Amino acid sequence: MSFLIGKDMIGGYGGAMILNGCTIGVEQGEIAVIVGPNGAGKSTAMKAIFGMLSLNQGSVTMDGVDITALKPQDRVMLGMGFVPQTANIFTEMTVEENLEMGAFIRQDDFSDTMEQVYSLFPILKEKRRQPAGELSGGQRQQVAVSRALMTQPKILMLDEPTAGVSPIVMDELFDRIIDIAKTGIAILMVEQNARQALEIADKGYVLVQGENRYTDTGAALLANPDVRQAFLGG
Amino acid sequence: MTDILNAIVLITNFVLVPGLTYGSQLALGALGITMIYSILRFSNFAHGEMMSFGAMITILVTWWMQAQGISFGVLPTALLALPIGIAATIILVLTADRVVFKYYRTIKAPPVTLLIVSMGLMFFLGGVIRFIIGPNDQRFLDGERFIMKARSFKQMTGLNEGLAIKTTQGITVFLALIMVAFVFWFLTYTRTGKSMRAYSNNEDLALLSGINPERVVLVTWVITAVLITLAGTLYGLDKSYKPFTYLSLLLPIFASAIVGGIGSPVGAILGGFVIAFSELFVTFAYKRVLGYLLPDSLEPEGLMQLLSTDYKIALSFVILVLVLIIRPTGIAGGKTL
Amino acid sequence: MTSPMRIITVFFGMAILLAFVGINQSWNVAFSILNLCVISAIMALGVNIQWGYAGLVNFGVMGFVAVGGLAGVIVSMPPVEAAWAAGGTQLMGGFAIMGLVIAAATIFWKKTQHWKDRPRKRYLIMALIIILGYAFYRYIADPAIDAIEAVEPAKTGYLGGLGLHILFSWIVGAIAAGLIAMLIGRIALGLRSDYLAIATLGISEIIIYVIKNEDWMARGVKNVNGLPRPVPYELDLQEEQWVNSLAESMSFSVINASSLIVKLAYLSLFVAVLIILFIMAEKALKSPWGRMMRAIRDNEVAAAAMGKDVKNRHLQIFIIGSAILGLAGAMLTTLDGQFTPASYQPLRYTFLIWVMVIVGGSGNNYGSIIGGFIIWFFWIEAEPLGLWLIELLTSGMSADSALKAHLLESAAHTRLMTMGLIMMLVLRFAPKGLIPEAKR
Repeated sequence: MSFLIGKDMIGGYGGAMILNGCTIGVEQGEIAVIVGPNGAGKSTAMKAIFGMLSLNQGSVTMDGVDITALKPQDRVMLGMGFVPQTANIFTEMTVEENLEMGAFIRQDDFSDTMEQVYSLFPILKEKRRQPAGELSGGQRQQVAVSRALMTQPKILMLDEPTAGVSPIVMDELFDRIIDIAKTGIAILMVEQNARQALEIADKGYVLVQGENRYTDTGAALLANPDVRQAFLGG
Repeated sequence: MTDILNAIVLITNFVLVPGLTYGSQLALGALGITMIYSILRFSNFAHGEMMSFGAMITILVTWWMQAQGISFGVLPTALLALPIGIAATIILVLTADRVVFKYYRTIKAPPVTLLIVSMGLMFFLGGVIRFIIGPNDQRFLDGERFIMKARSFKQMTGLNEGLAIKTTQGITVFLALIMVAFVFWFLTYTRTGKSMRAYSNNEDLALLSGINPERVVLVTWVITAVLITLAGTLYGLDKSYKPFTYLSLLLPIFASAIVGGIGSPVGAILGGFVIAFSELFVTFAYKRVLGYLLPDSLEPEGLMQLLSTDYKIALSFVILVLVLIIRPTGIAGGKTL
Repeated sequence: MTSPMRIITVFFGMAILLAFVGINQSWNVAFSILNLCVISAIMALGVNIQWGYAGLVNFGVMGFVAVGGLAGVIVSMPPVEAAWAAGGTQLMGGFAIMGLVIAAATIFWKKTQHWKDRPRKRYLIMALIIILGYAFYRYIADPAIDAIEAVEPAKTGYLGGLGLHILFSWIVGAIAAGLIAMLIGRIALGLRSDYLAIATLGISEIIIYVIKNEDWMARGVKNVNGLPRPVPYELDLQEEQWVNSLAESMSFSVINASSLIVKLAYLSLFVAVLIILFIMAEKALKSPWGRMMRAIRDNEVAAAAMGKDVKNRHLQIFIIGSAILGLAGAMLTTLDGQFTPASYQPLRYTFLIWVMVIVGGSGNNYGSIIGGFIIWFFWIEAEPLGLWLIELLTSGMSADSALKAHLLESAAHTRLMTMGLIMMLVLRFAPKGLIPEAKR
């Protein structure tokens, strides 16, 4: 039993089912990556785990607790952090205010967490008084990830964190994600850049039409000729 | 030299002082409009009547106090009554939110529906106010009328032109300054204020961060109630209280908010003063100013007025229309609409 | 199709209400209410075309109605020769200058679009053209206006009109309102719906300010009285043999009968217009054009994606709706026989019409008409009703009670309250109105 697991999930929007019984799990300190063709239900699977989509069948459990019925906000309270793909920062607020809003639900002193985040992303400390909307694309993603880290989540979920950033920035961001995982946080992300993502993944899920097609370690999937042929462009 | 001083005093007396006063009143009103717009995301047409309601309660309490012989010395008794007016307005707007607006939030109605609902509320409140206090002019100003009288200014300086500052003008600018400073401090430095800005900026992410929308809405209404009761009462003290004027005030207030950039608090303040000063500058008769500044032979014959005073209020709409054409996001670049 | 039973029931109920007033108050009152009901219904139809068909919020109803009224004066009143002699030509010269200045400014602005590197110079020249042009206009026009307004100010003091038949003003009013709508639409239609609401409200105020203050046009707040009528005068009718015998057979007084005939004559004109407009509106709604309009209203993004020119469609409908409002305004002035700019209040001419549309059922022409009838009826009758209600409630109080006196005095304001309450209740509990939009 994984630390976080969405088991046999079936669900969709309106009458159309997008998830057809897929199972996604991740351990603490591990990076799990969901890849697959367009329309495979990657983002939907993540939204279902976070509670933004209610499931028709299946369950989500975290640390042994069934959280299937909880609202996203309540899952945040339990230790989930979520970084949406778009509109994931407060553009009109400063970097520091973004982090404070990330820690909104915390009643205790969060200055330590803020220092940790700043040491992870030193550039943000430099720019902490600037409106986040004025930063570059990569820096904005850093703000988005940092905001989610402010609740000290046990699991961090990222929806295509490298969409629209340059390869150099992508590498940099993946390095930071590895650093975050090393602190013991479970990381679940959806990625378009499948090859690069699988390279850092402890576990990889290849979804097709809402079902698990291949599930293995990242390295094994990269080595699998079928996967390479069908999903990684040879 | 005295000629130049006389000209400056003339403009100060007839443009700067009234402009600062009227601008402050508009800024307070526009700040309320802009806050409701950015948090509740609709243009509140009942805003003017809410202002009128706050002023009315303050007036009723003032009358009662005057009858009891309570006074505030040289200052108007209405200032003592203000807290009660504010409290009543808070109750009013929160009730209106609960009974009228909340339903449309829960069904996620489009902003234009809320706009039309607020028009219904405007009608209703207008009726209630006229029912209670009647449609006529009401006087409630007492205390010392002037901080500085024109005659004493002339004696003091020996100038030809007088400078008069009414007590109400002083109070208006002073209270507006304090209130605006408070709102900005609140929005910039408090946790609740920041959460309001976050909610206004990115609603979904704010919800994700655990910000309680109903609390944000509640605080917004409370602050708006304070702002508009102040604006309404100060306007009534300075000019006069008549229910109809508050419907007419709605447009300059909207104009201020849009000219400044709707959704932007700084813009609302700027817009208020832009509207107020342009009204006064354009309708001011420059004849006497030019009389001081120009040699006698060039002294103009007409009033040297850009636009007749009759068009004073229409001017704010003209500016509004110009802004809509040239730069719809306003001076401070409000929400992109 | 909406159930016809519902429509018939509602209209029948309305007829009973009017008959009740006819029997209990007087038939004259009933018919004056009915006449204004028809005009209100036409106004509601105009707003409904904009709001119900296309989702446009026009809060400038008052302005378009006033423009129609102004058309009534300018078309029907005889020209004031003395005023034309005093300054008419010179004023027209002033307008020509204004036109030239606007043309010059527009051309300059368009021709200098590539001046990106020196915007300050561009603004400066632009400002100079406008300021100098304006000064020149004032230099020519001001003395002309003073001269015109000095011609017998107690009686005329304005240029007068064209001396044409007043029915002609109904068309002119519609066209004038349509042209103004085109200008406003070009400015505000691309923006959010709130902006159109606020801009139209503002522009309608500007229109009223201009009409009130430009005395040379229609005497401003001094009003223009005695507009020619399209129907006979009561005094002439009282001379007629057939009127006298009719009055006798109906056991009305002759005075009563003559004024009823006049009201009926107006009514037949108004009803004819209403029927024509209604048929046209219904035909348009069912045509491909109407389907496209609704498609745009229900999903603007999708319609735009399908290649519909949303902004131009909106402009079209905004002009048509406003033209109908202008027509109704001209009709109203015709009925009143006078033009009183001070009577144009946004509560009465803008927001009340909106209550009619919402209560009747937006998107439905039957609904707008019945909304116009019912709301106008209660707007007029709420006052006696409110008074009666308050008298009933305060009957227990002593006659000299200050509270009772205050309440009785304030009874008139219950109608504002009632209208607001009705509107909020309908929006909340029957958002589709009395007669919901038909599913097609």
